[in-house]
Amino acid sequence: MSQFDPALRDEIIAAIPNLRAFAISLSGSVDRADDLVQETLLRAFANISSFRPGTNLPAWLFTILRNLFRSEYRKRRREVPDSDGAFAATLTTNPDQATHLDFEDFRTALDKLPPDQREALVLVGASGFSYEEAADICQCAVGTIKSRVNRARKRLGELLAIEDAEDFGPDKTTRAVLAAERA
Amino acid sequence: MNDDQSEGQSVTADSLPHTPIRGDRATALGSDIQAKIGQHLRAMYDDVVRQGVPDRFMDLLSQLDKNAGPKTSEDGGSR
Repeated sequence: MSQFDPALRDEIIAAIPNLRAFAISLSGSVDRADDLVQETLLRAFANISSFRPGTNLPAWLFTILRNLFRSEYRKRRREVPDSDGAFAATLTTNPDQATHLDFEDFRTALDKLPPDQREALVLVGASGFSYEEAADICQCAVGTIKSRVNRARKRLGELLAIEDAEDFGPDKTTRAVLAAERA
Repeated sequence: MNDDQSEGQSVTADSLPHTPIRGDRATALGSDIQAKIGQHLRAMYDDVVRQGVPDRFMDLLSQLDKNAGPKTSEDGGSR
């Protein structure tokens, strides 16, 4: 008979929105992400006795979710997100047009990253974990996480620089000056 | 396993083709884009976080609580 510590239960509930966001970034699908979170909660409650109170509960939950995704990943390839991407499906706000286009570029670029790099970047850059915590979650060395985050940033930078160049052209300023002179 | 760190070493700034003329501009563009990457990543993530806890998870937790058994009068009695 297990009676859950209400404080622990509250902490688990508080982690759910973050687990969903992480799961969406892993799976590329909101539906699959929510299934992953559900499975994570079931596992967490079933194995709550193996959680050591006072240690990092969110990191423990993220580790469970990631392991579930990994074992499932071997069976099912990551679903290729539709053209709008999984995050697009979750958008609740309507950003203005320019910002929206930026978002599109960003999502497209993020989807092109290898899963290891995307995961490391999300854990450190969005979930707010330290490099050490991210290394625990991914069961690898801290140096490996740093290297993955650096490569993810570099690759995204390259992809976005190319898209910027395509959107505006490298000589936008020059053309503007010429146009102004002609006027 | 051929590990990431060795891959990481092979891609350094030194190995990039040099573009001396646009050097300063490229650096400024790079840091601008890096800032944008951070902002977009968090904005995207936070948009999901702001949605809070969907009902299906609260229902699931209630179900789990029920399965764990109702509190007996001994441990739940004193208020």
